[in-house]
Amino acid sequence: MTTASTTSTPTSTPSASVAPLLSIAGLVRRFGGLTAVNGLSLSLADGELVSVIGPNGAGKTTLFNLITGLDTPDVGSVAFAGQDVTGFAAERLAGLGLARTFQHGRVFGNLSVLDNVLVGAHTRLRAVRPPLGLPLLGPLAELGLALLPPAAVRAEEERLRAEATEIIALFGDRLTPRLDKPAHSLSYANRRRVEIARALALKPRLLLLDEPTAGMNPTETAEMLEIIRGLKGRGLTILLIEHKLDLVMQLSDRVVVMDHGARIAEGLPSAVATDPAVIEAYLGHKAVGAANQDDAAAVVPTKRGIGE
Amino acid sequence: MFPTSFGPWLDYTINGLVIGNIYALLAVGLALIFGVSHLINFAHGSVYMVGAYIGWLGITKLNLPLPVTFAAVAVGCGLLGAVIERVGLRPLRNAPRIAPLLATIGLSVVLDQSAQLLFSPDPRALPTQLPSWRIAIGGGSIGALDLLIAGVGIGSAALLYGFLRFTRLGWAVRATALDRDAAQQCGVDVDKVNRTVFAIASALGGVSGLLVGMYYNTIDPNMGFQAGLKGIVAQLIGGVGNVPGAIAGSLLLGLIESYGIALFGTSYRNLFAFVALILILVLRPNGLFAKARRLPPEPLTGTFIAPSRPLVLPGWLIGLLIVAALALPFAVQQPYLLQTLGNAWLYALLALSLTLVAGTVGQVSLGHAGLLAIGAYASALLALDAGIPVLLAVPLAGVIAAALGTALVFPAFRLRGHYVSIATLAVGEIVTLVILNWESLTRGPIGVTGVPPLSVAGTPLVSGQWVYWIPLVVLLVFAGVQTRLLSSHLGRTLRAIREDDVAARSYGVDLNRYKGLAFAVAGFVAGVGGALMAHFYSYINHETFPAPVSMLALTMVILGGLGNVAGAVLGAVVLVGLPELFRAAAEYRMLIYGVVLLLLIRFRPQGLLGTV
Repeated sequence: MTTASTTSTPTSTPSASVAPLLSIAGLVRRFGGLTAVNGLSLSLADGELVSVIGPNGAGKTTLFNLITGLDTPDVGSVAFAGQDVTGFAAERLAGLGLARTFQHGRVFGNLSVLDNVLVGAHTRLRAVRPPLGLPLLGPLAELGLALLPPAAVRAEEERLRAEATEIIALFGDRLTPRLDKPAHSLSYANRRRVEIARALALKPRLLLLDEPTAGMNPTETAEMLEIIRGLKGRGLTILLIEHKLDLVMQLSDRVVVMDHGARIAEGLPSAVATDPAVIEAYLGHKAVGAANQDDAAAVVPTKRGIGE
Repeated sequence: MFPTSFGPWLDYTINGLVIGNIYALLAVGLALIFGVSHLINFAHGSVYMVGAYIGWLGITKLNLPLPVTFAAVAVGCGLLGAVIERVGLRPLRNAPRIAPLLATIGLSVVLDQSAQLLFSPDPRALPTQLPSWRIAIGGGSIGALDLLIAGVGIGSAALLYGFLRFTRLGWAVRATALDRDAAQQCGVDVDKVNRTVFAIASALGGVSGLLVGMYYNTIDPNMGFQAGLKGIVAQLIGGVGNVPGAIAGSLLLGLIESYGIALFGTSYRNLFAFVALILILVLRPNGLFAKARRLPPEPLTGTFIAPSRPLVLPGWLIGLLIVAALALPFAVQQPYLLQTLGNAWLYALLALSLTLVAGTVGQVSLGHAGLLAIGAYASALLALDAGIPVLLAVPLAGVIAAALGTALVFPAFRLRGHYVSIATLAVGEIVTLVILNWESLTRGPIGVTGVPPLSVAGTPLVSGQWVYWIPLVVLLVFAGVQTRLLSSHLGRTLRAIREDDVAARSYGVDLNRYKGLAFAVAGFVAGVGGALMAHFYSYINHETFPAPVSMLALTMVILGGLGNVAGAVLGAVVLVGLPELFRAAAEYRMLIYGVVLLLLIRFRPQGLLGTV
């Protein structure tokens, strides 16, 4: 078994005594002959920020898809907030407070920045989507309330708009001047920001960020680091996939390293960075040469980040 | 009706295999094209029709020997295929994925209409020069033509296998089908591969058309539409892009049809194919022979619909136009003009309905005329047979069209992209076929005569002004409602589904619920439109709302701009109103629509007013 768990002392995880917010057990996902996720287990406590790192093709995004209901595992279970949610549809998980961003950025191109963020608040619409629980009347009531909005519906819309504008303001003047611009007209980095703003509008209990700084320059990356740090400071639980290791090292409470679909190491950022199994997964011992093992270890925690 | 002896069954089996062979020639071409370009070629049926006409010219006009005719058909259609690829598709290589789909529809309209203008819409006989002997086997019999069809089918399959397996170009085709970019980087001329595949596929399709013409001894310019659909159905049964699967699917479809006819009669023939299509799409969307779950497709981030900046019309201008439209009958008294514009308003209702579904939600429906038909029949029959007052029957018809339309399309809600178009096309055909066959309710092929006009307090509203005003007022009301809907939270939710349904789901948007809502609203609008048409026309039958009306509606929607309410009205006025006013000869009208569609896709895909 490759799970060489290293130096994960109980004190390193905050509120370890409480039941975890997210707990994944023995997750397996095969695509034909390829096992993308291979018996992975992972748990996340409230308020924790855990990073998942690993070389390209290690199965990180597949893991996100399995957690968020875009894909279903062949074996294993996912529990969220004490409830078994294995096989739940993505839209249902969103309703439970799970929000994610996508690796390559999936904003709604022809929607304005504000509308993109408002779609993020969809699960929080209450007045206009009365929870009738009836198959036909629910949607028809929603249609009626949308066409002839009573005061409560109008107030809700106003409140969400104000809130969305506030979230967008988190990104300084990157997005605020572009509130009404269609998302397809934004720069790549700005689209990533819109995605994060959209995820925050859901008021998530757990936020999954898939490479939030991909395609960003060092200044923009540093900005994003501060934003994520701020979210963490507000007590948000975050699961982060990231290739830029200095960002991972600065933010994470714990780091999980994946390779070939399995967890090969887990622990404090500093411990993981020097783990021989991790170095081998990233660099391959043949490439480095057995004699230079120590040099290879020194390469890992440098500023540039590996795997890019 | 139910043959009890063995002999007729053998005949039905042979007939099924022969028809299946013909479908296979079409389906294999469609599968090849899908393999290299990921496109379902809606123009394929038209190539098949062109093949039949080239054959007709060769046999009846030039008196060519049969092998020469076959060669001429293959070469002629092969060239046509290469031209289709060059003119219609290559310029759209980097366009959003919706563009080539629409281009093949436009090409199909242009080819069908050109044939109609050249050869007249009437069917022609295509006599076969083959000897008329038949070999009797076990109570059934096989004729020379059956053997020829089987021979052509098996021969082309063998040739194709040899080409793909043993020639350099064949390898290039297979490499391109597996991974287009990788093939290109290895030096494969992907354009040449595409051209070759279109040429081969079209040659096979043309030969298939000739064989069918000989088999039934009749050809007509519209024969391609149904045949192309059958090829698509056969291909989907076998799994898209799968060549052996396409052959198996075709034979299966031929047998299903043949046995179905034996059991239920000829008029149900097409119903089997379309019901089979819907079942396959819903139960086995990857075809009967597909393996287990595959990798989910890479996300396509909003590439189905082009990015656009819509033109926003100022409120005062819209107000001014509305007042002018309402006041027009005071200034102009010509009944002809008012009637034409009234008809344009009716079609605008259809466009309004389609632009919500195809534009706002991105579900490109190709069977939208079916909703008109449901509304028209519901209202006419409610008024005539149930004695309900017309003013009540019209909104009731809207409700029926909303409910029935949504229920019929519901199985297709889980589909995406091109599959939605195919499924809705099939649903539209199913509606027409049910109207034709459910005689006790719909009066079958005779149609419904004497539909009462709209009336208030016993006074029928049939004068020129009313024919103009009633549709206009209804249109203004619905356009207002739709504008309001788009500005509510539903507007952004529906558009989010169009832009990226996976991301929408991840933010809690229940796709079925919102697609259902959109189809219900669209069904109501189109249903009321169809009902008004029934009461103005006073006679309807199953051919009042044929498939070309769906294509016309789509052209209006694209002309105006997807999802654009003002654009839908503009599209209807331009495409229905203007040709009539300029007295363009009626037979050129559909051709103009096809050309307009092609030009729009190439040069202004976002339409005149832009995608909203």
